[in-house]
Amino acid sequence: MRWLFLKDLRILRRSPLLVALLVLYPIVIAVLIGFALSRGPDKPEVAFYNGLAGQSAVVELGGDRIDLAKQGQRLFDAIDPVTVGSRREAIQKVRDGDVLGALIIPSDLATNIQSSLEPGTVEVYFNAEDPAKRQYVENTIKAQVQTANGALTKRVAKEALQLLDLISRGGNYSFLGQDFDVLGLERAETILKRARAELPSGSAERAELDRVIAFGKLARENLSFSDDVLAVVGEPIHVKAIALNGSTTSLSSFAVALAVAVSLMFITLLLAAGTLALEREENAFSRLVRGLVSETGLLVEKGVLAAGCAVLVCLLMMAGLSLFVELDWGRFPLWLAALALGALAFAALGLAIGGLTRDVRAASLLAFMLCLPLAFLALVQSGAVAPTLYDLIRAVSAAFPFRPALDALDAGLNDTGDLGGPLLHLAVLTLAFGALGRLALRRFA
Amino acid sequence: METATVTLAARDLGKRYGDRAALRGVSLSARPGELVAVIGPNGAGKTTLLSILAGIQQPDEGEISVAPKAIGWVPQQAALYGKLTVRENLSLFARLERCPDTRATVERMLDLTDLRDRADDQVGALSGGNRQRVNIAIGLLAEPDVLLLDEPSAALDPRQRARLWEFILRLAGEGTAVIYATHNIQEADRYASQLIVLADGELLLSGPPGELEREVGTTGLDFEEAFVEFLHRRGH
Repeated sequence: MRWLFLKDLRILRRSPLLVALLVLYPIVIAVLIGFALSRGPDKPEVAFYNGLAGQSAVVELGGDRIDLAKQGQRLFDAIDPVTVGSRREAIQKVRDGDVLGALIIPSDLATNIQSSLEPGTVEVYFNAEDPAKRQYVENTIKAQVQTANGALTKRVAKEALQLLDLISRGGNYSFLGQDFDVLGLERAETILKRARAELPSGSAERAELDRVIAFGKLARENLSFSDDVLAVVGEPIHVKAIALNGSTTSLSSFAVALAVAVSLMFITLLLAAGTLALEREENAFSRLVRGLVSETGLLVEKGVLAAGCAVLVCLLMMAGLSLFVELDWGRFPLWLAALALGALAFAALGLAIGGLTRDVRAASLLAFMLCLPLAFLALVQSGAVAPTLYDLIRAVSAAFPFRPALDALDAGLNDTGDLGGPLLHLAVLTLAFGALGRLALRRFA
Repeated sequence: METATVTLAARDLGKRYGDRAALRGVSLSARPGELVAVIGPNGAGKTTLLSILAGIQQPDEGEISVAPKAIGWVPQQAALYGKLTVRENLSLFARLERCPDTRATVERMLDLTDLRDRADDQVGALSGGNRQRVNIAIGLLAEPDVLLLDEPSAALDPRQRARLWEFILRLAGEGTAVIYATHNIQEADRYASQLIVLADGELLLSGPPGELEREVGTTGLDFEEAFVEFLHRRGH
C-alpha cells in the first residue's frame, strides 16, 4: 500500500497547479468566511446637521442638568458623521449618494425637551438604493435614538414626579423666574377639615365638604404610587440577558474553527474523490485489484492520503492564524483529534463520491458542489427558519461530516464543551460513508 | 484435452449480467507458446471471457480447470499513470507484483519494449503504440505463463501495429501462451495458431484458422469474408 501512497504523492507533486488550487482556494474561502463573521460592517457615513451648534444644549430636568451634545456623542460611536452646515445640505448629500443617511438635530430640540410639553424631534433621511445598507443605517440610528430617548424619559419622569409631589404636599415652585407657593392636597385637606369643624353638624355644607376632603385624601394616596408607575414608564422593559444553549466562544475563535472546518472539507473531499476516480480513469483499477491490492486496501490508502494531506494543510493554516488570533496550544492534542476524525469522515464521503462518479471531473464537481451547501446548512441558526425546516436542516447536517467536524474543532480549540460526542458522530459517519464507498466500487468493474 | 501440456484450460464458462447471458458454456485451452485469437462481433463476450480468465470477474458457471502460476493481463485501454514516467510505472507495478529484484525486472522490461531511451519520459507524453508496449510490459512483470491481451492493436497505426506484433511473437517464441481478443480479423488469421469464435456469448468455433474456411467451404473468399459468411450461416 505504501507504494500506492508514494505514487499518489508523486502524481500530486507533478500537478502543482491542481495542488495550489486545492490548497489556496479553500484557505481563501475559509479566511473570507472567518473575516466576514468576525468583523462587523463598517460604520455607515451619515450627514449630520446640528442645529444646536453655538447655543446651549443643556436642559434641566428633574433637577439634573443634561448635556444633549454628550447624549448625541454616543450616536457617533455607531455612525461615521459627515458634519454639514445646513439641513438642506444634509438632505442633498443623501440624494447625491455621498452618504447613506442624514441626521438633523433641529435648533428647538433643547427648548422642546426642556418645556416637557412637546417632544423633541430629530429628522432622519435614508438612502434607499441598497436595502441592506438602508436597513443597517435605519436600525443603527433608531437604536441610538431610542437609547437617548430612554435616558431622557427617566429624567422627564423624575421631573414629573417632583411636580406630582408638589401637588400632593405643596411647596415652592419656580417658573420663568417667578416663585409660586403651591398649596398642595395635604395642606388643602387640613384647611378643609378646619372649615368643616366650624359648620353645624348635619348641615348640607358639611356633607359637601366631607366629599371634597375624601376626594383630596384619595388623590393624595394614589399619587403616592406614582413613584413606581413612573419608574416603569422610564424603563418599561428591562433586559436581563442569560445565555442558555451554545457556547461562550468568541466570534474570532469560532471563525478559526469554521475556517479550518471549511478547508478540511474542501481539501479532503476533493482529494479523496479525485484520487479514487483517477484509478478508474487511468484504467489502473482493474489491474490493481487483480490481487495486487484489495479494494478495501485501495480505499484506505486514498482515505489516509487525503486525510493526511488535509490535516497537514490545516495545521499549517492554524499556525498561521495563531499569529492573529489567540489559540490555546495546550489543547493541541484535542485539535489534532478533531482534525483527524473530521478529515477521515470527509475522506470517507469523498471516496463514496469518487466511487459513485467514476470520473475525476465529475467527482471533483460533485465534491465541490456539496461543500458550500453543507457548510451553509450547518450554519443555519435556530429561529432563522421555520421550526420544521430547521429540524430538517439539522437532520441533513447530521448526515454529513461538516457540522460534527465544526463542533469537534470548536470544542477542541475553544473548550466549548463535549468533544467526545462530535468525535463519535464523525467515527460513525466515517464507517457509513466508507461502506458506501466500498459498495460504489462495484461500479468500477 | 491433453492437460499435461496445457498451460490454461477453462470449461463451460458462463456469465450473466442481469437477464442477459454474456457467456454461455465456453471452453478453451492454451499451450505454451501458443497464440489464441478470440474473435467475434461487438457484444460477443470477448472481453468478458478474458476478464474471467484474468480473474477480474468470477464466472457464474463453469471453472478454470487448469490455472497457470501467473497470468499477465493487458486491458484494452492502457492501464498506466500518465503523470509517472515509463520507469516509474514499471517500478510501481513490479513492487506491487512483489518481483524479487525490482530494478533488474524494470531494466529487463525496458530492453524488451525497446523503450530505454524513453524510460524517463512521462507516459502521458508517449505515442499510443509506445503506451501499449508499456501496458504489455506491465502485464509481463510477473513473468506469466499466459498473457491475456484485450484488443492490443486497437487505435494503433500500421507501423506501430507491426512493431507490436513483432514484440508479441517474440514473447510467444519464448514460451508464453498469448490469448488475445481482436476485431482485426486479419491479425487473427495471420498470427493465431488457434481461433475462438464467439457470438452472443456462445462458442461457435474453436480450432486453427483454416477450420473456419473449411466450415464455410466457399472458395474465392478472403479470411474476413469467410468469417462474415460463417457468422451469417450460424444466424448472427
